[in-house]
Amino acid sequence: MQKKEVIIVGGGVIGCAIAYYLARLNVKALVIESEEIGHGGSSRNGGGVRQSARDPRELPLAMHAIRYIWPDLSDELGVDVEYCQEGNLRLAKTEEHIKILERVIAQGISLGLDLRLIDQQEVREICPYVSDEVIAASYCPTDGHGNPMVTTLAYYKRAREMGAEFITGEMVQSILIRKGKVGGIKTNLGTYESDQVILAAGYESRAIANTVGIDIPMQRTLVEALVTDQQPYMFPQMIGTAASDFYGHQTKHGSFVFGGMTGMEPYGSEVDNPITRSITAPSICRAILGYFPAIGQANIVRTWSGWLDVCADHVPILSKVDELPGLTLACAFSGHGYGIAPAVGQSIAELVINGNPTLSLDAFRYDRFQPKS
Amino acid sequence: MTMKMERKLIQGDFIPRADDELIVCRCEEITQGEIRKAVYDGMFTMNEVKRYLRAGMGLCQGQTCSRLVQNIIARELGLAPGEVEISTSRSPARPIQMKQMAKDGVKK
Ligand SMILES: Cc1cc2nc3c(=O)[nH]c(=O)nc-3n(C[C@H](O)[C@H](O)[C@H](O)COP(=O)(O)OP(=O)(O)OC[C@H]3O[C@@H](n4cnc5c(N)ncnc54)[C@H](O)[C@@H]3O)c2cc1C
Repeated sequence: MQKKEVIIVGGGVIGCAIAYYLARLNVKALVIESEEIGHGGSSRNGGGVRQSARDPRELPLAMHAIRYIWPDLSDELGVDVEYCQEGNLRLAKTEEHIKILERVIAQGISLGLDLRLIDQQEVREICPYVSDEVIAASYCPTDGHGNPMVTTLAYYKRAREMGAEFITGEMVQSILIRKGKVGGIKTNLGTYESDQVILAAGYESRAIANTVGIDIPMQRTLVEALVTDQQPYMFPQMIGTAASDFYGHQTKHGSFVFGGMTGMEPYGSEVDNPITRSITAPSICRAILGYFPAIGQANIVRTWSGWLDVCADHVPILSKVDELPGLTLACAFSGHGYGIAPAVGQSIAELVINGNPTLSLDAFRYDRFQPKS
Repeated sequence: MTMKMERKLIQGDFIPRADDELIVCRCEEITQGEIRKAVYDGMFTMNEVKRYLRAGMGLCQGQTCSRLVQNIIARELGLAPGEVEISTSRSPARPIQMKQMAKDGVKK
């Protein structure tokens, strides 16, 4: 079989974005996806395109994507990815909450982000639907949201048109080694040869990397989300809370997409399939109604869950592997990989092709983890 | 696991059909032509068509149009309808108000 220039494992937003930016560099990758395009977190997430409350290491990726890529992405890909840049409000109900926000704000400002604390009155001016209980918020006017399902499929569509190959329904099992370098991959159906393999398979990247003796300190956590029926237009901001009990936004379609944590997630993740638990949607609803009573009449039409690939230090691994030339890791996004996906796709494509990405990926090396003593 | 599919480009330009204006997903008002074009664009599964267009994503969650969408995708790809997997059904079975859902599990 013909040798492939680059093989990407995983057809999520990361794998599809890498395939697209490689195609722009005239490299035609083969993407192998075990299920269907966007089967994983990429079609299950909250759509937040956010800089506020990002880890300082990740912030440059988010700022780059928001400044240079997201605004024109729909035109570039020829599909409306519903990018909406109307700010992020992180709501506070107590003095404790305000303290949490103040820490996040100080950090953001020190890194050059337009982020500030606003009082109850200003919150109401920006978003009139918040309840009386909301006493303050952090506000980042350049944050926003997009449609993650469509973004993933738009990257796929455009990459495919530009010559990238995609195979779905085939599962990568291991990495093949030839003379101390990457030689290709083995799947449940056969083998494919290539000098370059990029693992963008979310949590499953760990098991695949393990086949060549490389480990990635990540765990998976199952988290849930829900969507309502179409509602009259209310507000365009991305919403979060200092208490981290829910987040969400109103989509271009009019429905609200909300996600949230019950606190029990680590103990409900030992399942094979992403199931929803009966305690979660009610918990998310109670959280939302405490901040937005007016949304209570909206109907939930669907609930779902998805895996987070949570890294030991909560930022991704975007790195070549020294021990095995030709292997690149792009995983462990820890629940915030959608907003930075355009910058990650671009940077990984550059890393693989010329070893010298425009944005530094030094903070995301695979060997940054050290034992305590 | 899903059936293996190579996502090769469909040869030639997209050819519209006389009945493309037909509305297939009534909740989201998605036409046969839009679904056919989505398949042409590479959306080869029901979930992909749904996520790309919203067909089957509305109030009835595809209870009305699932089989129709399945048939159109199958026809465009030259498959038997049964070879195109139906999208996953999820809770709740019927739309439920958020303020109602919020009462579930609260200790009296
Ligand atoms: C409920 C929820 C809410 C979220 N909210 C946000 C948010 O608001 N903002 C944000 O930025 N991020 C958010 N995220 C995180 C975001 O969804 C992910 O970080 C992002 O989608 C990661 O993309 P990915 O392509 O790496 O992973 P995935 O989309 O999981 O893609 C990995 C793909 O690899 C495939 N695969 C796995 N094993 C194999 C194998 N052996 N062979 C071949 N293919 C394989 C899988 O089927 C999958 O399609 C959220 C996540 C969830 C679950």
